[in-house]
Amino acid sequence: MKTKQVLVRYGELSTKGKNRSSFIGRLRDNVRQMFADLKTVRVKAERDRMFILADDEREMEQVLERLPNVFGIQSFSPVTEAELNFEAMKRAAIAVVSKLDRDNKSFKVSVKRPFKEFSHEKPEITQEIGSHVLRSFPELSVQMKHPDIELKVEIREEAAYMMAEVIEGAGGLPVGAGGKALLMLSGGIDSPVAGYHMLKRGVRLELIHFFSPPYTNDRAKEKVYDLAEKLSQFGSSVTLHIIPFTKLQQEVHKQVPDNITMTSTRRMMMRVADLVLAETKSQAIITGESLGQVASQTLESLHAINAVTNTPVLRPLIAIDKLDIIETAQRIGTYDISIRPYEDCCTIFTPANPKTKPKLEKVEFYENFVSFDELIQEAADQRETIKFPRVKEAKFENLL
Amino acid sequence: MIYLDNSATTQPRKEVLETFVKVNEQFYANPASIHRMGNQAEDLLEGARTQIRQILNMDQVVFTSGGTESNNLALIGAAKAYRHRGKHIITAVTEHPAVLNPLAVLEEQGFEITRLPVDETGAISLNELNNALRSDTILVSLMHVNNEIGTVHPIADVKKLLAGTRTLLHVDAVQSVGKLELPLGAMPDLLTVSGHKIHGLKGSGILAFNQVELQPVLYGGGQEFGLRSGTVAVPQAVAFAKALRLAEPRMEFADWNRELRAFFAGFTGVKIISPETAASHILAVAVKGMKGEVLVSGLQQESVIVSTSSACSSKSKETSHVIEAVGVPRGYKEGVIRISFGAFTQAGDIAALKTAFERVYRLIK
Repeated sequence: MKTKQVLVRYGELSTKGKNRSSFIGRLRDNVRQMFADLKTVRVKAERDRMFILADDEREMEQVLERLPNVFGIQSFSPVTEAELNFEAMKRAAIAVVSKLDRDNKSFKVSVKRPFKEFSHEKPEITQEIGSHVLRSFPELSVQMKHPDIELKVEIREEAAYMMAEVIEGAGGLPVGAGGKALLMLSGGIDSPVAGYHMLKRGVRLELIHFFSPPYTNDRAKEKVYDLAEKLSQFGSSVTLHIIPFTKLQQEVHKQVPDNITMTSTRRMMMRVADLVLAETKSQAIITGESLGQVASQTLESLHAINAVTNTPVLRPLIAIDKLDIIETAQRIGTYDISIRPYEDCCTIFTPANPKTKPKLEKVEFYENFVSFDELIQEAADQRETIKFPRVKEAKFENLL
Repeated sequence: MIYLDNSATTQPRKEVLETFVKVNEQFYANPASIHRMGNQAEDLLEGARTQIRQILNMDQVVFTSGGTESNNLALIGAAKAYRHRGKHIITAVTEHPAVLNPLAVLEEQGFEITRLPVDETGAISLNELNNALRSDTILVSLMHVNNEIGTVHPIADVKKLLAGTRTLLHVDAVQSVGKLELPLGAMPDLLTVSGHKIHGLKGSGILAFNQVELQPVLYGGGQEFGLRSGTVAVPQAVAFAKALRLAEPRMEFADWNRELRAFFAGFTGVKIISPETAASHILAVAVKGMKGEVLVSGLQQESVIVSTSSACSSKSKETSHVIEAVGVPRGYKEGVIRISFGAFTQAGDIAALKTAFERVYRLIK
């Protein structure tokens, strides 16, 4: 009597018609990648459902722990295996039902019997197991239509399989099914949440971060590493591009008046992002901008910033309240990382009175005195690229 | 010298000393500094913390200067944080002074302290503990292993008893970590461990805890989550993590304990004080009509180091509170010595002790 497999039900991809098999293939690959470090884990994708098998108990625990994060899964159920005799099956049934909340719940047993040679007929199996469970848990009542708990029993040649628990999955689409986009990751609360929403819609992420040493330090970079690591836990790896941004930022500071440096800096970021986008074959830029949050996030400001590119700029948080964003950040585990108090390149050089309604013509006028092209190209060329999840290195091993 | 006083303190392991020196040489920066060297020291410190949390299966760890400070932080810190909930604390009469004395101070400040009696084996009664529990009991503090006679308190049972109540359980595990298995599945809410008792360094210890509110005892720069101000001693912390990783209960303790019990049973004037159920690395025995100090110094002349009932009380004239509490008969009370094993104890040491004791016994009897 062991849990050696998990049955996975697909999310909305079930409705995707012709693309179905490519969606399923994508999900299967993502699941495989997520469990690549677990040696006994195997994945079998069928048309209507997927099975994840693990021989090792600890590895099965890991599977159950990580699975709720994988997009494209509607729900999943641990399957308990029992020998083909009533004794063993009853014990397994009790073990399965005992894990569930049973207070005032209705219950039924449904049996499938593809192994026709099994010496008992369906009604007899149902009766035996059902009455045994009801005797053991008197708080349950029988209900044939839409019971709260349905104990499913499948009699196969090698064993009897049972399940009742239905664990909610992350929903959404398998990452990668929706193409690839470049997320501008600042280190704040919003951008990881924006990334999360896009991941959920099946978009694979490249991450871009602007790093301005000595104004920002190693800890700020590490914070971004940790965020990238989190964003790589939803069924697909991510690549982080760290852009050396100091020179460009200093040049902007020199050329344009203080109150529009912020707008201009962001325009530079967009232009660098556009170069990385082309190289990584991404199809859109994602930002965590939310209307009205700060000076740079007014419509006038977004207009002036957006003017440097024709690339679609996706802003999944544009109309989301800050409190809701924080709630999501806490739920997905990025909040505690984001609130670490290190300067990022947006918080330094912040003018006292940034224009909330910068005029595009003015910004363009000031930027016109020098060509930023070279610095932009240099920043993109000299970027540092790191893939996540990272292989964990044993630091300080001999000391600890 | 044959060192059989491992419950007083232990010899640091070579590996631990190497770590201590290396960290002092290479990672001496303040872990709160923002520069790269500070960051490295911080990473190392956090690595040590994580390692300790994982080994002990506890949520959080604060580094302190040792067992006494950890106990003070646990008791006074929890009392301050939960005083709105109640002012009643339960402990046992045989606890270490590092628990009894902070509780006495809390008593002066208006807390009510119940000190559970013990039977002749040093054991508390779970029934009595249950009866002492009240709705305003905020904390139960019990040691895992008694430092003087080795009595083991049933931590897992106490934990079970407290399940469903809001009463916290603090366990002083200074004498048990590395010597017997911890109830990892039923760890208390607060746990004290000392470095120098596990072949680590003096001046290092931890308080580990699970989802507990605490108030600090020391105030200052707010290090260690605000619970223990003062620049963190990274080398001590890392050395502690290493000592804890290397600490492992030894099977031989039980054999040697049996061997010595059989040996002492052969002397008519010797009474074995440690109960049969005690932890096997501590064995207290008493010699009738003889002073413990005399035995200690007699054995020392034979190159064997043991102590009177405990190192802390060995210099005071009074009989130890533990010896009083378990009702050692008059005539034996003053003649208690404690033999305690450690990671470096060898079978030969036990044989040497036996020979030495025979000689000393004959000489002064």
